[in-house]
Amino acid sequence: MLLIPCPWCGPREEGEFAPGGEGHIRRPEPQAASDQDWAEYLYYRTNPKGLHFERWVHAAGCRRWFNVARDTVTHEIRAVYKMSENRPEGL
Amino acid sequence: MADAVPVARSPLAHLPEAAREMRDDLAVSLRERPLLGLLNLRLDAASEAAQRVKAALGFGLPGEPNRATGEGGRSALWLGPDEYLVVTEPGGEAALARSLAEALQDRGAVTDVSDGRTAIEIAGSRARDVLATGCSLDLHPRVFRAGQCAQSGLAKARIILHQIDDRPGYRVFVERSHAEYLWLWLMDAAAEYRAAT
Repeated sequence: MLLIPCPWCGPREEGEFAPGGEGHIRRPEPQAASDQDWAEYLYYRTNPKGLHFERWVHAAGCRRWFNVARDTVTHEIRAVYKMSENRPEGL
Repeated sequence: MADAVPVARSPLAHLPEAAREMRDDLAVSLRERPLLGLLNLRLDAASEAAQRVKAALGFGLPGEPNRATGEGGRSALWLGPDEYLVVTEPGGEAALARSLAEALQDRGAVTDVSDGRTAIEIAGSRARDVLATGCSLDLHPRVFRAGQCAQSGLAKARIILHQIDDRPGYRVFVERSHAEYLWLWLMDAAAEYRAAT
């Protein structure tokens, strides 16, 4: 069980949240993108061993989406930041 | 055929009177607060509309997450960065919704959601222990005090919890389809503390 610090509500148990997959995925311009670019946008994810930037929603709480930097090996949550914020540096 | 007249009815109304109120015990008392007026309010808290809403309500909206403000039978609970639950006495919701809509001047939205939930009040020296049996929130007075609120789960039912005083007393807003289940669960969870005193 993770204790996830919602940027609005503070630490809450994992059961209140729902994961939303990898964060910071930019949608390419549909007319300009090649089939390869589009396929990567739709289907390709990084799946790293270690630091992973991902989205979560506080589904049973304030129902807001936010970003989490989580270590996929240790489950340590290194940073939590709002959707409007950039990926934190130096993690 | 005559038009059907809608009648507000508590989701616990089918339980006998005696089963809807449990006040004979100091350690934990439980009662339903049926048919409270509930308004969902969406607006930018930094806007001028928020100032007009303050005038219409008679008090300001909570400025911090998971806090509640209130006065004279009305309260406003923080639900999100631009979302609040305004609670008023039974029957007062229509008039309050009108005055809030007027105050918003289309810079937000007010929606009557009174029928969606009912409120159960739980109070007494062991009320905190009863809630802790089924809720993952840290309810220790160091962390959660009167004037705070939170959306969470209680025994798997989705709730909005509002601590109303230091007895401690709490208001649990529960979706009406889960109300009977949660009431029966609370009665059961409180039984051990009732027997002890």
